[in-house]
Amino acid sequence: MSRNLALCAALATLASPALAAGPIEAGTMQATNWTAIVIFAAFVALTLGITYWAAQRTRTAKDFYAAGGGVSGFQNGLAIAGDYMSAASFLGISALVYTSGYYGLIYSIGFLVGWPIIMFLMAEPLRNLGRFTFADVASYRLQAGPIRALAAIGTLVTVSFYLIAQMVGAGQLIELLFGLPYLWAVIIVGVLMIIYVTFGGMIATTYVQLIKACLLLGGSTLISLLVLAQFGFDFNALIAKAIELHPKHDAILTPGAAVANPINAFSLGIALMFGTAGLPHILMRFFTVSNAKEARKSVFWATTFIGYFYILTFIIGFGAIVLVLPNGAYHDAGDIAKGLLGGGNMPAIHLAHAVGGDVMKGFIAAVAFATILAVVSGLTLSGASAVSHDLYASVIRHGNVDEATEVRVSRVTTLVLGVIAIVLGYEFEKINVAFMVGLAFAVAASANFPVLLLSMLWKGLTTRGAVIGGFVGLISAVGLTILSPGIWEVVLGHPKGSAWFPYVSPALFTMPLSFLCCYVFSVTDKSAQGAREQAAYEAQYMRSQTGIGIDAAASH
Amino acid sequence: MDDRMLARIQGDPNYQALVRERSSFGWTLAIIMLTLYYGFIAIVAFDPGLISTKVTGVLTVGLFMGAGLIVASVLLTGLYVLRANTRYDDLTRAIVAAATGSAK
Repeated sequence: MSRNLALCAALATLASPALAAGPIEAGTMQATNWTAIVIFAAFVALTLGITYWAAQRTRTAKDFYAAGGGVSGFQNGLAIAGDYMSAASFLGISALVYTSGYYGLIYSIGFLVGWPIIMFLMAEPLRNLGRFTFADVASYRLQAGPIRALAAIGTLVTVSFYLIAQMVGAGQLIELLFGLPYLWAVIIVGVLMIIYVTFGGMIATTYVQLIKACLLLGGSTLISLLVLAQFGFDFNALIAKAIELHPKHDAILTPGAAVANPINAFSLGIALMFGTAGLPHILMRFFTVSNAKEARKSVFWATTFIGYFYILTFIIGFGAIVLVLPNGAYHDAGDIAKGLLGGGNMPAIHLAHAVGGDVMKGFIAAVAFATILAVVSGLTLSGASAVSHDLYASVIRHGNVDEATEVRVSRVTTLVLGVIAIVLGYEFEKINVAFMVGLAFAVAASANFPVLLLSMLWKGLTTRGAVIGGFVGLISAVGLTILSPGIWEVVLGHPKGSAWFPYVSPALFTMPLSFLCCYVFSVTDKSAQGAREQAAYEAQYMRSQTGIGIDAAASH
Repeated sequence: MDDRMLARIQGDPNYQALVRERSSFGWTLAIIMLTLYYGFIAIVAFDPGLISTKVTGVLTVGLFMGAGLIVASVLLTGLYVLRANTRYDDLTRAIVAAATGSAK
């Protein structure tokens, strides 16, 4: 099971370095890296400038939530890739490749293959039916109150767990690389994120994401090229050297023990593939483009960039096996046996130093931090939208609220979420954050995805079916995750082997269960309301296919 | 959207062609993608020895499968975009023109 936990740890955005290295002691705090600080300060100055510019342009709710609907397909593809290439992918996956080799690639593939499915079945209808949140789509012909409440709760659960993981990761990265105390680090992230989102809304959030995506892709490409250059651009030679140096030798090219159990392999595959299609901060980006055609292009570019990026993380992981693993300078007390300086998620950062010295390390550290900042902003905006647009405007005020008030509620929510994120980030400093991201993917695949997909593609879905199916998925995914070894034994401290649910992810069971409940409670729904909802499907389907009736303002 | 307009669009042969073609093409590609990915997961789960079989030098079957899946994901989404940009957009324009034109 420890392998399963190692993988959860990598999944967790930036699982706490403390996890691998033990509690961080003051003595391990590193010397201030001025390159990192200068590059990071330049990034912050640039993004604050963009936020100021974006604030001038943010006048309507559509500007605030959806950047005015005027983002191009290419830009949006890059921004989606930016949202998706969090520190989990960059530091976590490269670290997973570093420790477990091929197993890391299985993860990357799982993260990528959800995108074609989104393209073929969801992207165009999403754009044609929604305005600001995915609840707009799910509640298009169903009852707004219960469906939006369900979607908002699903969104907040997903977003919260992601957010806490990001904050903890950011705090520890800054503490280690910039020499700042943890609390300051968490406050800096929280305050910057609140500024971006409250003043600049989706416009600023999108541009911050674009800049960061370019930096991250550029930085990763550079490291990969420098690694390959040492082997005369012979990939075979790199792998051969890695097999020679890694303690597991040939075994780094085998799938690994954690997926030896078929149920684990399939459950993980389902959570990764379909979780993507239920992540609220990703779905929200489909409403920032003007039409279905741009939505399509977005997915194509996102898939391309993400696929390319995962190939790079694989090279980076193998590069670290060759250049970081045998070098005592990157290990605690100069001893290879004692683990990496800064914890198990740092191979990519040390590799940057190995191929490019202090300047490269500073650059990559600043990029990793910018990544966290950008992803945190996107997450917060989607959480704030769920509260203001779905809960406040639709459920509490039944739509009787003007746009200015709704946006004000959203800004206040951002402030509250920011403060909560700082407090929880601080409180959770020492906790294993891994389970939170695992939970986020399982909830997204088990609660958000089935309801969203069926609402668009199945005529028979009624409010009753969607609400019961959604909540069953939500509760079972959260429940089984808590009962899995990662939380039951490690976090809650029950004896090893006592976990009620023995598998790494619940999605293999909870996602089909959610679909089944949606189906059963829809077909047995004989109410007049249910019949009206089914009858309204044809008009919804027509709009989802053609875009006729779409918000006219979207075309400006 | 009133019912008469809906009925008119539903009767439009272009609309029927769009819905039929897009739905079958989308599901075909989705099933190809699902088969490739869960086929891969099945090999990982049931025949891990195949994954680590060497093909050339130290490069294994698993590495080529992994790279193949990444490339296939990009190619299949690209294929969908190509078809949608030509065929589906043309049909959609014709449907919208017919619907708004005759509504006046």
